[in-house]
Amino acid sequence: MAAEVEETLKRIQGHRGVTGTIVVNSEGIPIKTTLDNSTTVQYASLIHSLTAKARSTVRDIDPSNDLKFLRIRSRKNEIMCAPDKEFLLIVIQQDEQS
Amino acid sequence: MPPKQVKSKTAASLDRKRSKRGDGDDLTEMGDGTEQDDWMQAKTLVKPEDQLELSEAELKEEFTRILTANNPHAPQNIVRYSFKERQYKQTSSVDQLAVHFALDGNLLHKDSEEARKQFNRTGLAETKEAEPAEGAAEAAAAEEGAEEGAAEEGKEEGGDEEAATAEPTKAAGKEKKLTNQFNFSERASQTYNNPFRDRGTVTEPPPRASFSSNVTQWEIYDAYQEDFEKQEKSKEKKVIPGRKEEEKSKKKFQISETSSDDITRVETAAKIVERMVNQNTYDDIAQDFRYWEDVSDEFRDSEGTLLPLWKFSFEKAKKLAITSVCWSPKYCDLVAVSCGSYDFMKQGSGLIILWTMKNPSFPECFFETDSGVMCLDVHPQHPHWICAGFYDGSVAIFSAVDKREGAIHRCTAKNGKHTDPVWQVRWQKDDADNNMNFYSISSDGRICLWTILKNEMVYQDVIRLSLPDVSAEGPDGIKVATTGCGTAFDFHKQKDYLFLVGTEEGKVHICSKAYTSHFIDTIDAHNMAVYKVCWNRFHPKIFITCSADWTVKIWEMKDTMDKSESVDETRKPLFSFDLNNSVGDVAWAPYSSTVFAAVTSDGKAFVYDLNANKYEPLCEQMVAQKKKTKLTHVEFNPTYPIVVIGDDRGNVTSLKLSPNLRKMKAEKKGAPPVDEATKIQREIEKLEKILSMVRNQPTEATA
Repeated sequence: MAAEVEETLKRIQGHRGVTGTIVVNSEGIPIKTTLDNSTTVQYASLIHSLTAKARSTVRDIDPSNDLKFLRIRSRKNEIMCAPDKEFLLIVIQQDEQS
Repeated sequence: MPPKQVKSKTAASLDRKRSKRGDGDDLTEMGDGTEQDDWMQAKTLVKPEDQLELSEAELKEEFTRILTANNPHAPQNIVRYSFKERQYKQTSSVDQLAVHFALDGNLLHKDSEEARKQFNRTGLAETKEAEPAEGAAEAAAAEEGAEEGAAEEGKEEGGDEEAATAEPTKAAGKEKKLTNQFNFSERASQTYNNPFRDRGTVTEPPPRASFSSNVTQWEIYDAYQEDFEKQEKSKEKKVIPGRKEEEKSKKKFQISETSSDDITRVETAAKIVERMVNQNTYDDIAQDFRYWEDVSDEFRDSEGTLLPLWKFSFEKAKKLAITSVCWSPKYCDLVAVSCGSYDFMKQGSGLIILWTMKNPSFPECFFETDSGVMCLDVHPQHPHWICAGFYDGSVAIFSAVDKREGAIHRCTAKNGKHTDPVWQVRWQKDDADNNMNFYSISSDGRICLWTILKNEMVYQDVIRLSLPDVSAEGPDGIKVATTGCGTAFDFHKQKDYLFLVGTEEGKVHICSKAYTSHFIDTIDAHNMAVYKVCWNRFHPKIFITCSADWTVKIWEMKDTMDKSESVDETRKPLFSFDLNNSVGDVAWAPYSSTVFAAVTSDGKAFVYDLNANKYEPLCEQMVAQKKKTKLTHVEFNPTYPIVVIGDDRGNVTSLKLSPNLRKMKAEKKGAPPVDEATKIQREIEKLEKILSMVRNQPTEATA
């Protein structure tokens, strides 16, 4: 089971344009990363609070609703955030055109 | 006061003493020393003269007596008249109570009549009568023997004429107290006061924390939801105490689940992200899938193209051929494929792969098997159940949702395994007991019905294909009936019992589940093995076949009534198309009654629309990347205008049909939208129109 997830993460990391994969726990502490330390910490803390805010927004509008996925499309890359029950998975993928 | 009924000497002496005291009506009995002594004396034994003298032996003799609560003197035969039954009846209950001693109390209320009488008898004047002070005092003095001191005081006061005004009240206060007969005295004393002492200790202050939080609507909602769930749970517990154990085990299960490795909990997130990454990577394909239409189709009348979209390839399936393709009936992006090998010399392991269009880079789910998988089918109602047939002749069912590796059930040589490869399996409607069941066809000539019971799979032979006109000779000259080799079958869409069977000899049998021994009809359809038979999705009598003899043929099922006339004439197909290579598979389109697709061993895919062109394909396109790749199977997506084509190198290609290939019957502009039934009717009509043209000159329809 664990191996299967590891496999999936490995496949994601192996995809074209993917520069980083970070798993963040509920406190915003990165527990698994493929990036260097400082970048990871920066991404983890910033994205974690942003995701929390986004989730809060979604839930405030309709409490029975929930945030499933958040993609942040920027000029240079795309940050994909998938909040699970306890973890937050962040994947950064470079835009192909840029 | 009633005289004391004590007959002892002490009592007698007490009486005397009382009389000595004068009135003899003093309410108090003074317990002086003499009295106590008298009482003590009563303890000495007094022997009556007439007491029996008993010997030692007689004394020691034991008499057993049992004390019961029954009164021996109570009458046992009390009879009362019962008005209810109008007769005398003996009462069953006997009063066992015997009173040995009763004593009335001697306390009187001060204001009661009796008390007043008593006062009068003693000559005590009531205070309210307001006699002169002296008289009252004197009366008190005369009466009181014991309290002489007090009386004297009273006299002195009485003599004091000046105090006359205050006298009556004083006299009242001095009035004889009503004391009880027991010598009660109240005494009080003061103990030492302990000195006060203060003691204090300082404890550690309780930890403090400042807490602040925003309450949002959803937090409130969550709290309520949690509370609601708790209430529901407690209700459930009350209602069904038997559930407790179940819950316990559930809890245990949960515990064991949560205690598993941390990383597994990002599974769903990882899956979503993987799909999204794929979406980004294959963004152009996704755009094409959704929006690209071949504009050149507008200028061509009966020509179309297939646009390749995603290509699904899996490392483990590289050396295997795709042996069947089946779209999930529920998830229109999910396709199940089986992998095996058609080559007798290259048999090995097999694979079942579930691909989703959302993730073309890696299968959604896959099962590895020890034998090549030759066919599969996804259950139409329960889309996670997949049945599969193997090259070794066994059949198995898999569940896509169970995280289990391998099959849920798989038949063995003991229970009905085929002796030849299973070429097709197909789920059927659940039977009367709601058990799932499916059919399998194998080249050993058997068609089996497999029923899935709770924890086993049972089989039943439905039909044995035989070749009545050919019989082989056994080694010792005995004629052995040869069996036909089934290679494909298809069940009628409307009539449950009707199905087609294609054989390796090129025959097509029309069979019924009701008759296990003979066929409704048999057609010599092809010269080589039939690879696929398929009913039209709209027209109930039309079916298509494809074969290794390079042809695709469309047939009409004759009514059994006019079968007799057609017996002698050799049956001819309505249409016959020569594709210049072995045709691996053919499939009707779900959206039109006249469109079908076929794939051949030289890597080409053909799409026909009989409505547009009865002789030529609208599209003939090379799909395989390499020259030698054979295409093995094709299937239309039930919702989207795409087909998937499998080849013998483990690849699955999805292709988009250009607008010309999916022309529906043109709807008039502004016409109200038609319902499903009329649509079907129109499709049938459309096909019927073409058929009527062909039926008249059947020989013409060969291309």
